Amino acid sequence: MTIADYERVPTVAVEEEGQGALSENLKRVWESRPGIAGFLSTVDHKEIGLRYIVTAFAFLIAGGVEALIFRLQLAWPGQHLLTPEQYDQLFSTHGMTMIFLYAGPVLSGFSNYLWPLILGARDMALPRLNALSYWIYLCAGIFLYAAFAFGFGPNDGWFNYVPYAARAYNAGPNIDFYSLGMILLGISTTVGSINFVVTFLRMRAPGMSINRVPILAWGTVTASAANIFAIPAVSLAFFLLWMDRNVGTHFFDAPAGGSALLWQHLFWMFGHPWVYAIVLPAMGMVSDGLPVFCRRPLVGYTVVALATVATMVLGFGVWVHHMFATGLPSVSLSFFSAASIIIAVPSAVGVFAWLATIWTGRPVFTTAFMFFASFIVLFTVGGVSGFMTGSVPVDWQLTDTYFVVAHLHYVLIGINVFPVVGATYFWFPKFTGRLLDERLGRWNFWTMFVGFNLGFFPMHISGLLGMPRRVYTYADGMGWDWLNLITTAGSFLFAIGVLLFIVNIFKSYRTGTPAGANPWDAPTLEWSVPSPPPPYNFVVIPTVGSRHPLWEDRLGAEEPSYPHAGLVLNKGREAIGTSVLDGEPEIILKMPRDSYAPFILSLTTTLIFIGLAFQFWWLAALGILGSGTDIVGWLWPERSLGETAEPTANG
Amino acid sequence: MCNNRLTKTLLPYALPIWFALARPAVATPLDYLHAAGRKAAPVVALTWGVITISIVVIVIISVLLAGAIWRRPGSAAIPGSRLALEPPVEALNWLWLGVGISTLVLLFSVVWTMIVLAKVTSPITKPALTIEVTGRQWWWQVRYLNSDPDQIFSTANEIHIPAGQPILFKLVGGDVIHSFWVPALSGKTDTIPGLTNEMWLEADKPGLYYGQCTEYCGLQHAKMGLLVVADTPRNFSAWWNHQLRSPQLPTKGDQWAGLANFNMYCGSCHAVRGTSAAGMLGPDLSHLMQRHSLAAGVLPNNPADLERWISDPQGIKPGSLMQKPELSARELADVQAYLKTLD
Repeated sequence: MTIADYERVPTVAVEEEGQGALSENLKRVWESRPGIAGFLSTVDHKEIGLRYIVTAFAFLIAGGVEALIFRLQLAWPGQHLLTPEQYDQLFSTHGMTMIFLYAGPVLSGFSNYLWPLILGARDMALPRLNALSYWIYLCAGIFLYAAFAFGFGPNDGWFNYVPYAARAYNAGPNIDFYSLGMILLGISTTVGSINFVVTFLRMRAPGMSINRVPILAWGTVTASAANIFAIPAVSLAFFLLWMDRNVGTHFFDAPAGGSALLWQHLFWMFGHPWVYAIVLPAMGMVSDGLPVFCRRPLVGYTVVALATVATMVLGFGVWVHHMFATGLPSVSLSFFSAASIIIAVPSAVGVFAWLATIWTGRPVFTTAFMFFASFIVLFTVGGVSGFMTGSVPVDWQLTDTYFVVAHLHYVLIGINVFPVVGATYFWFPKFTGRLLDERLGRWNFWTMFVGFNLGFFPMHISGLLGMPRRVYTYADGMGWDWLNLITTAGSFLFAIGVLLFIVNIFKSYRTGTPAGANPWDAPTLEWSVPSPPPPYNFVVIPTVGSRHPLWEDRLGAEEPSYPHAGLVLNKGREAIGTSVLDGEPEIILKMPRDSYAPFILSLTTTLIFIGLAFQFWWLAALGILGSGTDIVGWLWPERSLGETAEPTANG
Repeated sequence: MCNNRLTKTLLPYALPIWFALARPAVATPLDYLHAAGRKAAPVVALTWGVITISIVVIVIISVLLAGAIWRRPGSAAIPGSRLALEPPVEALNWLWLGVGISTLVLLFSVVWTMIVLAKVTSPITKPALTIEVTGRQWWWQVRYLNSDPDQIFSTANEIHIPAGQPILFKLVGGDVIHSFWVPALSGKTDTIPGLTNEMWLEADKPGLYYGQCTEYCGLQHAKMGLLVVADTPRNFSAWWNHQLRSPQLPTKGDQWAGLANFNMYCGSCHAVRGTSAAGMLGPDLSHLMQRHSLAAGVLPNNPADLERWISDPQGIKPGSLMQKPELSARELADVQAYLKTLD
C-alpha cells in the first residue's frame, strides 16, 4: 500500500457475468472470517442489519407476550390474575420494550442492511461504529431484561415520572436498572445515528445527487439527525434521576428545591421527537415500496422528502402536548396546541402522495402491497386521533384515558409494525434469496389487520367512556366491560397474525421460491445485485442518473444510470466518498477491517453500568479502564487505512 | 341528553345511602361526552366537532384508497415477469388540493380550540368557594378554605359544592403526581408536588359526579376515585355548617370502647375533630357516615363494607398505606360501632 494507491484515479469497468478475478479478489477482501471469530468481529452492514432485525423481532415477541398477559387481566372487571406490582412491571416493560427495544432498533436494522445497497455503496461510513451500535443495543436489552427477570423491571411506566420514580416512593432497584439501561441504550442510538448522518452525506454513489436518494434514506437520516439532538435530553434526565436516587442530589425533588416538572420537560423533549424517529423511516419504506407495486414512481417525491424533514423540525416544538394537564399557563398551551395541530400538514402530504401514487398506478395485490396500502388507513386513524389530542381543551379530557392508548397504538403499530412487516415481505427476498409465501402472507395480513382493528379500535370508545390508562383493574358497571373483552380477543387474534408472520419467515427461509436479483421488478440499486448480495455489495461502483436506475429502460432519465458499470475499487477495502449535494466522486475511502474492538468495548461499557447498578465501584472502574484501553486499541493508527506516514523518496 | 342522566343520578345527600362508586347508577359514570357544567359544555361541543372531522377524514381517505386500489388493478404477474410501467404523470395537483383542504380544516380547528380555551380558562363570575385538594397515595384530601381559620375543615374523597356557582380548586401534590378529574364537570389538572395548580369547575344542577385519578401514581392508581356532590345552595349550606361542627360524642358503652381503641390504633393517621385522634396521614374521618363511599370510591359506605375494609385493607387495596389494626374481633366491632356514630 502506497500513497499512490489512495491518491489514484480509479479505473472504470463494466461488470460482466462471471467476472472471476475482480469479484474473487473483492470477496477475499470483504468477506468476514467464518465461525465465531467472524461472528464477533464482523463489520459488514448486512450482517449487523440482520442481527438488529432479528433481535428487535425477539423483543417484539417478548413485549407482545407481556401485553397478552395483562390483556387477560383486563378482559373482565376485577380480575386477580396479576398483583398490582406485577401489572405495573408488565405494562412498563411492555412500553419500554416496544418503544426502545423494538420500534427504533428494527428500523435501524432495515436501514443498516439497505442503506449501502440503495445508496450504491460498499458499506456504511463508519463500519466499526456500526458494530458497536448493535452490540451495545444487545447489551442494553439484556441488561434491562435481566433486571426484569429478577423482578426488578421498570414499574413507573416507560415515561418514568418523578417523584414516583424517586427513592422515597420507589425504594427497590427497579428504577436504577431502568435508568442505567436507558443511558446505555442511548449510547447505541447516538453512535448509530451519527453513522447514518455521515453515510448519507458521504457515501452515496456517484451521480446520486440529494434529489435522487430513496425516501427511506430521507426518513432515516432525518430521524437520525433528530436523535442526535434528542437523546442527550433523556440520557441526562435518567442520569440526574440516578444521581437523585443514589448520590443524594435533588434535581427532581420538589421539597428540596428541585422540580418534578423538569423530568417531564426533559423526557418529552426527547420523547416526542423519538415518536417521529420511529415512524419516519417506516413511512420511507412505504414511500419506496408502495410505488413498486403500483408500477409507477412515487407522486411528489420532492414534497414528500421535504415533508419528512418538516415533520421532524416541527416535531421538536410539540413536546408540551404531553403536559397539557400540568397547569402550564394558557399562552404556552396555545402555542403548543397550534403546533401540535399544524404538524398534521406534512403528514397529509404523505397520505395524499401515497393515495395519488396508487390512484394513478396499476396496483399489484401482493402481501407487501396490502400491508403498505392498509397502513395508509391506520396512519390516518392514528393521525386524526393525534390531531384531537392536540386541541388543549379536548386533550384535558382525552389525556390519560384509553383514547390515548388507542391513538399511540395506531401510530406505533399502524405506522411502524405494518410497514415493517410489509417491508419484510418486500425485502426478505433480497436478504435471503427466497420469497416469502404469498398464500400464508394473505392469512398473515388479514389476521393482523382484523385483529389489530378489533383489538385497538374499541379502546377509542372505552377512552371516550372515561377508562383511565395504567389501571391494573377496573370496577364493573363503568360501561367498559364488553369493550375490554373485545380488545383482549382482538389482541389475541393480532398475536396469531404475528405468529403466522414468523411461521412464514421460518418456512420460506428454507423452502421459499428462489427470488433472483429483482423479483418485484423494482427500480432501485439494491435490486441490481444478487440476492443475497455479496459481501462487497457491488462489483464496480454504480453510477446513478435518476431516482429509478432500473426503470430507465422504460421511463427514461435525465442522464442514464449505470448500475453495472463504474469505478473499480479493489485495492483493499475501499469505498468512494462523494460530495454532499451532487454526489460527485471526491475521494477513495479506506474502510476498516473486521475488528473485535466494538464487541469488547460493548462488554466493557456494560461492565461500567453493571458496576453502577450494584454499586460495585471497583467494577465500574474496571469497565472504564477496559473501555479506555479498548478505545486506544481501536484508534491506533493503521497502515492499511493510510493513518501512518510512510517514508517517501524526499521524506 | 344530559337531563335523563342527571335525573337518574339526582339524589339528595340526606337519603339513605346505598350505592357508591363501585356500583354507580349511570351506565358510564366517567364518560366525557356529556357535560354537566359551564366549563365542560364548550369542550364537549369541541370534542364532538373534532370527532366529526376525524370520522369524515377517515371515511374520505378510506373511500379514496378503496377507489385507488380497485380502479384499475394491474395483473398479479410479479414476481416472474416485468409488468408495464406508468410513466410519471402530473398528479401533484391532487396532492396539493388534498393538503390545501386539510390545512384549512386544521386552521379552523386551531381557531375553534383557541376560542374554547379562552372561554374555559377562568370563570365569568367570581368563584363562590375555594377548595384545596391534595392528591395522596391513594386518596384525596379535601380542605374547604376560608379567610377565617376557624371555618376551615377537612374531609376526604368526596367534595360537596353548591350547584350553579363556579368553584375554585387549588390542587396540591401531596406525595407523587396525581391528576384531578371529574369528567362531567371539567378536564384534568395534575396535582404536582411543589406546585399549586388552580382550576375551576361548576355543576349546573344538583347531582353526583364521578371522578378518578388519571396520572399513574403507583400500585393503587386504579382505585383512587372521588365524588363531587352538587347540592342546592340551601342544602350545601346545611352540609357546610354540619361539617364545621365536631361530631357528637358516643352515647353507648361499646362505642366508647371503640373510641378509645380508635384513638390509640387509628388516631396517628386519621383525625376526628373533637377527639385526640389528629393524624394527618390518612383521611379525616369526622362525619364519615355522611360519605357515599370508602377507600376513595372503592367500596360503598355501608356497615358490611366498612367491616370488610377495616378488617382487610390490604386484601381490598393491596399496597395501601392503611394497615389492619392489631385488634381482636371484638375490639374491631367496637371501633366500627364508634365509626357509625360519626354522622
